[in-house]
Amino acid sequence: MHAIWVISKREFSSFFDSLVSYIFIVVFLGIGGFFTWLFGSDIFLIGQATLQPFFSIAYFTLFFFIPALTMRMLAEEKRIGTIELLLTKAVSDWQVILGKFIACLILISVALALTLPYYITVWALGPIDHGAVWCGYFGMILMSMAYIAVGLFASSITNNQIVSFLLALFIGVFFLIIFDVLSGSSTGTIGQVLNFLSMSNHFDSISRGVIDSRDLIYFFSITFLGLMLAETSLSKRNIVE
Amino acid sequence: MSIVVNNLTKKFGAQRAVDNISFEVKTGEILGFLGPNGAGKTTTMKILTCYMAPSDGDAKVNDLSILEYQDEIKKKIGYLPENNPLYYDMPVLDYLKFVADLQGVQKDKIQNRIAEMVHVCGLNVEKHKKIGELSKGYRQRVGLAQAMIHDPEILILDEPTTGLDPNQIVEIRKLIKEIGKHKTVILSTHILPEVEATCDRILIINKGKIVADGTSDMLRKRARGEEMVRIQIKDFGNKDVVVTELKGLDSVAVVDFVKESNDSFFVTSKENQNSRKDIFKLCVQKNWVLTEMTPIETKLEDIFRELTTN
Repeated sequence: MHAIWVISKREFSSFFDSLVSYIFIVVFLGIGGFFTWLFGSDIFLIGQATLQPFFSIAYFTLFFFIPALTMRMLAEEKRIGTIELLLTKAVSDWQVILGKFIACLILISVALALTLPYYITVWALGPIDHGAVWCGYFGMILMSMAYIAVGLFASSITNNQIVSFLLALFIGVFFLIIFDVLSGSSTGTIGQVLNFLSMSNHFDSISRGVIDSRDLIYFFSITFLGLMLAETSLSKRNIVE
Repeated sequence: MSIVVNNLTKKFGAQRAVDNISFEVKTGEILGFLGPNGAGKTTTMKILTCYMAPSDGDAKVNDLSILEYQDEIKKKIGYLPENNPLYYDMPVLDYLKFVADLQGVQKDKIQNRIAEMVHVCGLNVEKHKKIGELSKGYRQRVGLAQAMIHDPEILILDEPTTGLDPNQIVEIRKLIKEIGKHKTVILSTHILPEVEATCDRILIINKGKIVADGTSDMLRKRARGEEMVRIQIKDFGNKDVVVTELKGLDSVAVVDFVKESNDSFFVTSKENQNSRKDIFKLCVQKNWVLTEMTPIETKLEDIFRELTTN
């Protein structure tokens, strides 16, 4: 546990040593704020005290931003060889993966926490469904966990950051759109399976304030699967023929 | 703390990077791991540091197998990988603290250990800079400092002096010798004088196999076989007479001319015999002036070339 935390701390502070975290937070808040307050189907157009517009836009921005955070994680360490130094210290592969996972999750949590003024402002404007808002934030965290895990897996199989970024987007776009579209044109069991795999269904129901165990299982499964594949890919150097 | 390697093999596809090697390193011994590029030095080191598993065989660090007790072993080993990969965006002190934390150095001792490493590795002037801003030599020192920060009982250094200037090389060698008094050190290199200067024992590896194992003196003896001297004689009449007379000595096996010289000869003794006394006596007897007699040392380079090129 200690080692995981040490790695997380280093990764987290390296976000702030470079411009990554500042750009991420500023752009995330900028885009989120713009579409929540000023443009499109913003709060004033809807005329309801709800954070739904923010969650819908954050749903897309995180989809793009998370791969940009995770692409460096393992690919860069493999490229410059620091992974060798890290893994010959008293840490296991799992600890390295989890440490990096937690660092990304904390950064996203910080970005989300900085949107709390939106919540307070909307609350001041009218009667707000507090449960739905907190569930929305919870859904954001769950979704981020799933995308981070996918991103770490993409980062673990290459030492090129661009490849890692594109691969994470490619995998992510299935959950974001493709399964949803396919489920619309399929029937029967296949349709149901595709419908279950689509992330928007699960996210929508959580952000409406309904926390169903199926949704939790969905997000935790993707997270676990992504992390496990990342760990497997990292430890494949140990494979004995 | 001892290291025992038993029939270690590592295959990459069809290629055997390390091919069934066995050796032993005792506590307080500095072992030089020598070999041409691609001989399997780095792979062996990666296996010993638990970075990758061997395809076959086993290695024991203080009786703990690398296949089972990786966590315990990693804590006891300090490792400086080839090319010295470091986090360039971190300041030196932060990096050392990070490594000390990871290696489980006690919290109250971390600052002391860092201060000691900064002192030992001569990092004081540069300690607040980011690693990426340092020169190659200083980065190498950071690499050494991180390897030793948790006071490991075994140090494994993959080409520790590459990229250093001659002064730094001497310093680092001195440092390694100093450390080697109490700890077990394995260092790989293809700089031969380095091995002679620092190591107690040399292991030469080629194409994944061990081709020589011993002290530098033992290797020399083994390669040379017979003693050889270069002599220079003045005031003699005919060159051929000298050669004939020298060959006539009981202890001499072969006499050769030295190229580009009219008065020098290479004299090789018969096996297990010493011809120097006889040569001197002969010169006295013949009234030749013996101006030079130099034993020809087989250079480690020659031994290395002989063992690794075929």
